[in-house]
Amino acid sequence: MDREVLLKIEGLRIEGRAGDGWTEIVKGIDLTLHKGEVLGLIGESGAGKSTVGLAAMGFARDGCRITGGSILFDGIDLRQAPEAERRALRGKRIAYVAQSAAASFNPAHKLIDQYCETPVVHGVMARDKAEQDAIDLYRRMQLPDPKGIGFRYPHQVSGGQLQRAMTAMAMACRPDLIIFDEPTTALDVTTQIEVLAAIRDIVRQFDTAAIYITHDLAVVAQAADRIKVLLRGDEVEEADTRTMLDAPREDYTKSLWAVRSFARAEQPPATSAPILSVQNVSAAYGKVPVLEDVSFDIHAGRTIAVVGESGSGKSTAARVITGLLPPSGGAVVFDGKPLPPALKGRTREQLRQVQMIYQMADTALNPKLRLRELIGRPAQMYLGLTGRALETRIRDLLDLIELDPDTYIDRLPGELSGGQKQRIGIARALAAEPKIIICDEVTSALDQIVQEGILKLLTRLQGEFGLAYMFITHDLATVRAIADDVVVMQKGRVVEQGPKAQMFAPPHEPYTELLLSSVPEMDPDWLTRLLESRASVSA
Amino acid sequence: MRIALGVGLLFIVSLVIFGATELLPGDLANELLGQSATPETLAALREQLGLNDPAPVRYWNWLTGALTGDFGVSLANGRPISELIGARLGNTVFLALYAAALSVPISLILGILAALWRNSIFDRMANAGALTAISFPEFFVAYILVLWLAQTGLFPSMVRINPTTTFGDRVYMTFLPALTLMLVVTAHMMRMTRAAIINLMASPYIEMARLKGMSPLRIVLRHALPNALAPIINVIALNLAYLITGVVVVEVVFVYPGLGQLMVDAVSNRDIAVVQAVALIFAAAYVALNLLADVLSTITNPRLMHRR
Repeated sequence: MDREVLLKIEGLRIEGRAGDGWTEIVKGIDLTLHKGEVLGLIGESGAGKSTVGLAAMGFARDGCRITGGSILFDGIDLRQAPEAERRALRGKRIAYVAQSAAASFNPAHKLIDQYCETPVVHGVMARDKAEQDAIDLYRRMQLPDPKGIGFRYPHQVSGGQLQRAMTAMAMACRPDLIIFDEPTTALDVTTQIEVLAAIRDIVRQFDTAAIYITHDLAVVAQAADRIKVLLRGDEVEEADTRTMLDAPREDYTKSLWAVRSFARAEQPPATSAPILSVQNVSAAYGKVPVLEDVSFDIHAGRTIAVVGESGSGKSTAARVITGLLPPSGGAVVFDGKPLPPALKGRTREQLRQVQMIYQMADTALNPKLRLRELIGRPAQMYLGLTGRALETRIRDLLDLIELDPDTYIDRLPGELSGGQKQRIGIARALAAEPKIIICDEVTSALDQIVQEGILKLLTRLQGEFGLAYMFITHDLATVRAIADDVVVMQKGRVVEQGPKAQMFAPPHEPYTELLLSSVPEMDPDWLTRLLESRASVSA
Repeated sequence: MRIALGVGLLFIVSLVIFGATELLPGDLANELLGQSATPETLAALREQLGLNDPAPVRYWNWLTGALTGDFGVSLANGRPISELIGARLGNTVFLALYAAALSVPISLILGILAALWRNSIFDRMANAGALTAISFPEFFVAYILVLWLAQTGLFPSMVRINPTTTFGDRVYMTFLPALTLMLVVTAHMMRMTRAAIINLMASPYIEMARLKGMSPLRIVLRHALPNALAPIINVIALNLAYLITGVVVVEVVFVYPGLGQLMVDAVSNRDIAVVQAVALIFAAAYVALNLLADVLSTITNPRLMHRR
């Protein structure tokens, strides 16, 4: 590509505060971006992707400092330039789209006020003109009700729409460069497609250069011209998107590519009676119905995946099974006997049989308790273990989740990585020696290599203990990897259910088809083809 | 709902006030008559004051009277209590509003600036100053001010208010008590403002505002402050309530004819009826201000005002 160079980063070094000292988190990265070009920046968490992205705006988060290298944006040295000059560039010529639009929009102001702030403060256009422009961009981002949506507050708008509104906001001053920091990671597959397509179109329409940060290769393949792979603050390799996908050079890149290949051995079809069955369950939050006539069975030693987009009632089904939400109709039958509907009515023995692992290990573990207590409490409470026996059990459990007991037993959750925290969640569930474990999106907050480790661990434990898993997820790749049976849910109802092989083979229910086709594939033309085929179907 | 809760709370407080005065030892009629008590006069006075009725009846009479603004008559001098309180309540509210008009803007501005320049010299000075002011007892602050500002003749150390006093004179004469109160309450409000804003400075939407190229002042005022209002409003309401109810010491020092003075006098005279009335007014002020704070916090929170 022989277009003009827009951004040139050389030998970038960034340090982060770690305890009393500083550790280097970006170790000499070079990056060149031409006008109108989209560069994908990928790597697992902790690779320094976001830090590099922010540095491209001359910005370092609190607790970080840029210690070396140069950042040249259109001939301006962002490291040497005074803060006022950097501030004049931000929002106007370099804009930022954050990972969680829900958290990054100010809850106190309407969307359009936040949109207009940048152009008005930077003196690009007057308020009334900016408002007109906002409505135009909302329309181009295919937001519903483009005239009215800006006059809502962030909490009144869905996550996918907020993400598009944020992209529109970044476009407000028609910047030369936009940093997209994991813009679709928090969205479910069907929404992700819409946002991804909208982002790609608008960047092309205005010929904006972009740095697209993500840990999802298939996503970046749709959007980027070139891809750079980072690992622990170092560059692994960089190449054209197609070259990179077809022929990755480095082993690390190859391992990233291979992650999705993990699959559990097929299980024979279930023959025994189900260990737990959900029978015609309906449930509501107050007057709002969330589940209608939902039925499915869970078998010992097997994994049932419950899939659907957010709001489809997946997690509510889990709440009904655990007794957190008493159903308004139907029953949950365990081992042939109906369970009391509410948590209070269940015996400790009944409670012990069903355990949960949560999506956010961060918030599901009490940060003030050491692992010994976190894992030990269920063992103590359900099985009455004390003293030496309890200690042995905790150590066994740590061994099971592949964490060295001597090193970890007295640590706090804050001293663990995301994947390790999720392992503690697993150990805590195992400590009760349950028959069933409900896994609520347990891998969706983790990046792919860590995800694979967790899935392997869960599979091994299932084999050893004959556990039944109910796997709530919106990630169909995970379903493909580990499920035996699949339940597809939409708007509180079961749309389709059956063994995995049957679910992944056509013909599908229309909604299942939509979900399946929305899983990004490692092919740069996938999104284009998909959108074309969808357009021709609806035409 | 909130209002019903507030009314219920006031009702309970009125019970407590009444109950507490019931528990006081001694016989009112006896106290009043003192030396001149004879069995006949005692009986007559008891009958006149309604002291022979059972407690619930007396409570009911007192409560219904209080609701219509009739707190009965002072036991000390026989004047209607509502008349005694009327003018003094106005004076107390005037002093409270005066002190609030000084302290609320100052503590908000100091708090915002301290948050803006956090960990700077200014921040430390403002914190140290406010903490020093709050650490001294009120009477000490009051006498220091009298020493510095009244001895030099700048401001009067006593407040004499009569119906002919002009507003300007009132403001001038009441300056020292208002300044004392300001020094006492500013620290709370300032530190809460600072803490509430700084607490938000790590939010993703603040980072977003920085990445939109907004100036630090704009970020604090427009992006952090609106989200920090709820705790700030609450601490302001608490301090305003204190300004009305906690001024006893300050009023005594400056001989200010307010409710606090009245209460102190009533206590030393064993004028139970006045004590009850003033206590009820103080409680009502507390409840009303906290109710107001709740309402304002709700109004300033779009998530509560505009449902999905």
